[in-house]
Amino acid sequence: MLILHCPYCGVRAEETELSPGGEAHLKRFGPGSDDDAFEAYMFARKNPKGVHFERWRHAYGCGKWFLAARCTATLEVFGTYPAQSTEPPAEIIEKIKAKRPEWKGFS
Amino acid sequence: MKRYSVFAIAREALTHHQGWERAWKSPVPKASYDAVIIGAGGHGLATAYYLGKNHGIRNVAIIEKGWLGGGNTGRNTTIIRSNYLQDPSAAIYEKARSLYETLSQELNYNIMFSPRGLLMLAQTHHEVRGYLRTVHANNLQGVVTEWIGPERVKQLVPIINIDGPRYPILGALYQARGGTARHDAVAWGYARACSEMGMDIIQQCEVTGVRSENGQVTGVETTKGYIGTKKLGIVVAGHSGQVADMAGFRLPVESLALQALVSEPIKPCMDVVVMANTVHGYMSQSDKGEMVIGGGTDGFNNYTQRGSFHHIEETLRALVETFPMISRLKMLRQWGGIVDMTGDRSPIISKTPLGNCFINCGWGTGGFKAIPGSGWAMADLMARGEPGPLATEFDMWRFREGRFIDESVAAGVAH
Repeated sequence: MLILHCPYCGVRAEETELSPGGEAHLKRFGPGSDDDAFEAYMFARKNPKGVHFERWRHAYGCGKWFLAARCTATLEVFGTYPAQSTEPPAEIIEKIKAKRPEWKGFS
Repeated sequence: MKRYSVFAIAREALTHHQGWERAWKSPVPKASYDAVIIGAGGHGLATAYYLGKNHGIRNVAIIEKGWLGGGNTGRNTTIIRSNYLQDPSAAIYEKARSLYETLSQELNYNIMFSPRGLLMLAQTHHEVRGYLRTVHANNLQGVVTEWIGPERVKQLVPIINIDGPRYPILGALYQARGGTARHDAVAWGYARACSEMGMDIIQQCEVTGVRSENGQVTGVETTKGYIGTKKLGIVVAGHSGQVADMAGFRLPVESLALQALVSEPIKPCMDVVVMANTVHGYMSQSDKGEMVIGGGTDGFNNYTQRGSFHHIEETLRALVETFPMISRLKMLRQWGGIVDMTGDRSPIISKTPLGNCFINCGWGTGGFKAIPGSGWAMADLMARGEPGPLATEFDMWRFREGRFIDESVAAGVAH
């Protein structure tokens, strides 16, 4: 069972308390942007087999959105951090690099 | 290859069953082929089969990372139906369903197709309206479905509880020609027919790279060495994104885990397939007597072929409410598969940005029922280089252009 630590209320929340919200750190493109960028923003998720940054909501807890770094190939959780982050925090990146030396890094 | 028949059984019985041949060969890959298909699941093997049968292209290799039919083909709930709302979906799923009807005879391999009838229960007024709309659409599309009331549902499924307190059965969308088939046999039957046509099925051979020159595909790197090809078909379901990445393009697909489970075998009690989309569970009885049960996908990206435990609980809770008599059944086995979901819950059968490289993916939670139709359309696309009538609408650029084939909202499909 997937267990994530909510960075707001501090609860170790298990899956039934949480709602998944898809890939995190999407750069938004709207009117005026070119078709490729808009298509990629709308539909082309990274869908990696390995390190994945994603949004979760502590739905049956404090109700807040937060972000998590997780491995989709092993379900290992590297850490969680506040939704206000525009990119993953340095300590989580370091932790992932230590555990997954072949990982190409956040892009 | 010797044909399977009642006479073959008698003949082999006289020789202590020592004379049965292997159903397919396990060859060493050649240096190059006219067409290479990545993925020896149902869709990949069907593609190869129709390439040979409909288009005469037989110098074909089907490359499989694991074992034949070991992915989603061996992990589904074997349901076959074609009661979709949108025209392109109804066309391809109905093509598949109609091919299933004679597939055993065509392949000389018993796929145990059982058109036992399929019910999609309506348990809210919204669903009633939705299914009435689907019935009308299906009748215009030439797909035979009908709307039936709760009494008829009870008649068809005596073990169902039609007046539950939470979600009473208000009626159902009934496709009498829907049903089930033996999922492994579909892969095995196609594999045997492909092998007989001289195609090479190469198992335990993982693709590690796609080579191209001047924007045209030239071959694939594999764990068994380089294999050249004039045409490449990617038919790998959950790992489509991975292989597309090797070929240099991105797909509007996300990979999620979908689970199924079976109960201990019991005496025959339900001879139709029942799907309850509001409470999210569906059930049929296998020929062995097991109740075959499925539900919804997990909500997060996953490649592990195992799903969340709480989903099993939710699915069973829903089904116990609908079929009270199953409350004391023990569950025997549970498994997960990785499904490739597109934004509009419809598949992709398409050319790609790489020349002579084609992709068939995005079948999501409902690929098994489509295997023959999908293979037919994909073979057509690979042979001619342009999509035929079944595949025209399913190209990968429909997202960019806003031409969705929206089955997620329209039909509320749970498969």
